[in-house]
Amino acid sequence: MEIVVLLKQVPATESMIAVAGDGVSIKSDGLKYVINPYDELAVEEALVIREAQGGSVTILSVGPTKAAEAIRTGLAMGADKGVLIDPGDLVLDGLNTAKLLAAALKSLPHELIIAGHRAVDDDNFQVATAVAELLGIPNIAMVVKQTIAGGKIRCVCTVEGGTKEVEAPLPALIATQRGLNNPRYASLPGIMKAKKKPLETKKPADLGLNVADLQPKVTIKALKAPAERKGGRVIAGDSVQAKAAALARALHEEAKVI
Amino acid sequence: MTQNILVVAEQAQGAFRKVTFEALSAGRNMAAGLGGAVEAVVMGSGIAGSAAQLASYGAAKIYVADDGALAEAATEAYAKVLAQVIEKAQPAVVLLGATTQGKDLAARLSARLNAALATDCVAVKAEGGQVTATRPMYGGKILAEVSLAGTPVIVSLRPNTQTASQAAGAGVIEKVAVQVGELRTKVVAQQLDAGKVDLTEADVIVTGGRGMGGKDYAAVEALAAALGGAVGASRSAVDEGWRPAADQVGQTGKTVSPNLYIACGVSGAIQHLAGMSSSKVIVAINKDPEAPIMAKADYAIVGDLFEVLPALTAEIKKLKG
Repeated sequence: MEIVVLLKQVPATESMIAVAGDGVSIKSDGLKYVINPYDELAVEEALVIREAQGGSVTILSVGPTKAAEAIRTGLAMGADKGVLIDPGDLVLDGLNTAKLLAAALKSLPHELIIAGHRAVDDDNFQVATAVAELLGIPNIAMVVKQTIAGGKIRCVCTVEGGTKEVEAPLPALIATQRGLNNPRYASLPGIMKAKKKPLETKKPADLGLNVADLQPKVTIKALKAPAERKGGRVIAGDSVQAKAAALARALHEEAKVI
Repeated sequence: MTQNILVVAEQAQGAFRKVTFEALSAGRNMAAGLGGAVEAVVMGSGIAGSAAQLASYGAAKIYVADDGALAEAATEAYAKVLAQVIEKAQPAVVLLGATTQGKDLAARLSARLNAALATDCVAVKAEGGQVTATRPMYGGKILAEVSLAGTPVIVSLRPNTQTASQAAGAGVIEKVAVQVGELRTKVVAQQLDAGKVDLTEADVIVTGGRGMGGKDYAAVEALAAALGGAVGASRSAVDEGWRPAADQVGQTGKTVSPNLYIACGVSGAIQHLAGMSSSKVIVAINKDPEAPIMAKADYAIVGDLFEVLPALTAEIKKLKG
């Protein structure tokens, strides 16, 4: 099975995020960058499938030079090779990112593509599905379990209020959801081996794309921090019952939410 | 091209999702800004009878695609039909609910139509012919104002962020001839809990965190039931295997905006706070008065949740008679 994992490097979720001086980007100094948590699930699932069926796992990412670190981490977990698309000065929206990935995938063998259902920085929920559309292949979103047999992939996916089981013929793209697996850590020998694994960097022009066609359609005009919530009051009372009664009354009469 | 707003209606178990009415209401405001009308499209099997309901939220025209091939809410079939309807209706803006289905469908459409997409927006407006939207990024730590270029533009709206209000629309029904051809993705089974309110659409959420100490969520479930709300979990509770991943609130789970959010035994890690800070009223119940969540809560009770929750549940039941 030839598997390609789509991966993005993002600020760690424990990071405080602040708006930079330009008002349209974030302060990146001091931020710790990691593999997008949903993409980490994708790497793990790809390795599990390769271990069972043979084949290879390629990690494909769009990002600046620094994003190579995240690819190396994926290689240290056990992936075979990496491809980084460095967009340079291009400003990317979700759709343009998908176009770069789809263009790169045209020259990468893939029977299965695994991606996170969203990256926890832009939260676009767009790139994985858009790549499938651009490649003309089926996609299955929010996957918590998969089995492959007879040229088909069958997945359990989370939906509002429950789960669905969806089947599609390969090649297909699946997008991960939490609960799919527990990603392994990169071992020390894995980290040593990863240094020698192939990691190729490409530019948009190398993918046969006309850079002039990649004008973003979604433009960030301003970033701001959400309104800071101020603490309210601590409900006092002589007993647990008294506190509970005071809270219920406050929610009913003051906040009017019950 | 028209200046119309096309709202993609979504049904769950035979009824429209609340977010559909929210989107129609938001769409009316946008239509006023653009000088167009609000239209709706309904897709499914056996849904023609319910379509007229959308007129009571202002839909001037309702495209109805009622076909056995659309019985299963598969993105592939819906995307084909929707692309046909958009071709015909020529809207300036396509609005969807940012549900599991809505987000997948919006992403497919954006690529198929080469159209701008802003996902999971909390506000959207159309002024001077320009559509701008406000959307959380970084799990809610940042709000971005984005402008969308081209025609049509696609916006998905986060459930519970728009006020649904009724307004009479003409509701002219137009049947759509459905031609989906062969479908590759097939829904082979589904398990839905009919009574379960999804976290993203719930008016009230009661969340249990590490302080629950184990799988027994009976106290949290009882309070949620008394309030007609849903049960959430913190990441650590999910990591411990106490609750399913679908219940997780936070940056790597669901971002929620209920009227009332009650955090029980949740310390309030930054990832969790990002996912629930847009709740209208926050209550924290925690043993530790210094827990970060206490500083974000409108009301806090310092105490043992296993004592406070049953007492609070009893008080709520009394209040609701």
